[in-house]
Amino acid sequence: MHLAKLGIVALLMAVFAATGAAETEHLSADQLAKAVSSDSISIPTPGELFAALGKTGKTNWSGQYRGPMPVTYRNRAQIALNLGGLIADGFIAVEAKDSQQVKNIGSDIIKLAKALGVSEKLLSRGNSINEFAENNEWDTLQEELEATQNEVKSSMQSHADQDLVILVTLGGWIRGTQVVTSAIMQNYDEHSAKVLRQPALVHFMQSKINEISSELRGEPLVKDVSEQLGEIEKLVSFPPGKAPTVDEVRKINKAVGKAMEEIESKELPK
Amino acid sequence: MKRCLPIFISLFVLGTSIAVRAETDAEVRARKDALDVAGAFSNDGFKIRDGHWCGVVKPHEHALVAVNLYAGNQYWFSAGAVEPVKKIAVSVYDETGKQVTTESYNNGEKAAAGFSPANSGQYFVSVDLVEGEEGSFCLVYSYK
Repeated sequence: MHLAKLGIVALLMAVFAATGAAETEHLSADQLAKAVSSDSISIPTPGELFAALGKTGKTNWSGQYRGPMPVTYRNRAQIALNLGGLIADGFIAVEAKDSQQVKNIGSDIIKLAKALGVSEKLLSRGNSINEFAENNEWDTLQEELEATQNEVKSSMQSHADQDLVILVTLGGWIRGTQVVTSAIMQNYDEHSAKVLRQPALVHFMQSKINEISSELRGEPLVKDVSEQLGEIEKLVSFPPGKAPTVDEVRKINKAVGKAMEEIESKELPK
Repeated sequence: MKRCLPIFISLFVLGTSIAVRAETDAEVRARKDALDVAGAFSNDGFKIRDGHWCGVVKPHEHALVAVNLYAGNQYWFSAGAVEPVKKIAVSVYDETGKQVTTESYNNGEKAAAGFSPANSGQYFVSVDLVEGEEGSFCLVYSYK
């Protein structure tokens, strides 16, 4: 298998030499409009966002932890949103290479997932997370967290809870953006700030929320977060090549912080 | 018998809809090939996303998927296809539809494109049939 990989790498190197000769093409707006978007490939994981931020300097990941959260929510939409946020917290703990924090978060993820009645298979994921954390296997842990998130989502789909899937994704994105904006504010540089430009991503999540059942969409928390998402979309819509200023980053942080506060709150909006 | 007919029709429709959503054998094989290509980049520190996109490549038609990428990261988009597809290509376009310059790997029914976006935002990955006939493909991506 190792030899096969080496063979492919050698082949790749040979092919790279031929790169760049092809003529560039331009796709029409009609062609772009027909492009497929899917949760599993069009929405980046919090790990991808943190990887991009991590390139630009030393980020104080452990400084981004939040206090323990209640895992006793009753509202299913709120559980789904918080589950996404917790998974993002797991990626933060992996970036911080903090095995105890990873284990704590892994255990909370399983508790929240069980509250939604998702698959028993997740229990073994919890054990794997503990084991990889004990052995400081950070790359594997990142893969395991992503696999856990996907398993939660596929279990929701098979339990006819597909409307909750986008809420898990959304909760993860909001928490991830809260952490990244906070880190950028602490140590601003234009290069880091560029990761915040994601208008199409926010627009896609908004469109997915518009597709969920009117009953779930009408829930006060979902309604509030969805309305705030419209505002957040404007805040992350910079022209290509332009980095947001520190004030603009602060505005995004405030907006996602407000949404996160509502998601975490035991008092649901009325 | 007449009473049973709607039940049979419902079962047939249900079965068909499940079959439409399930991955075909060809897609599973194409996915394995795509992961083989992506696996080569893992040696270089690239992490493979636990997600994929499968579909059908047709002559003179782009199979396009939207992705959201971050400036600062490096990406490889790897695709595999199965017979009767003979050769595919992977290319990347920015949000205006302009093709971006990528490193490329082409080896018959396996192909990949790699690049580092200067701007965060939406991009489009295209899988194209270069030789052969319409067939299944699968795309995965990796980043570091």
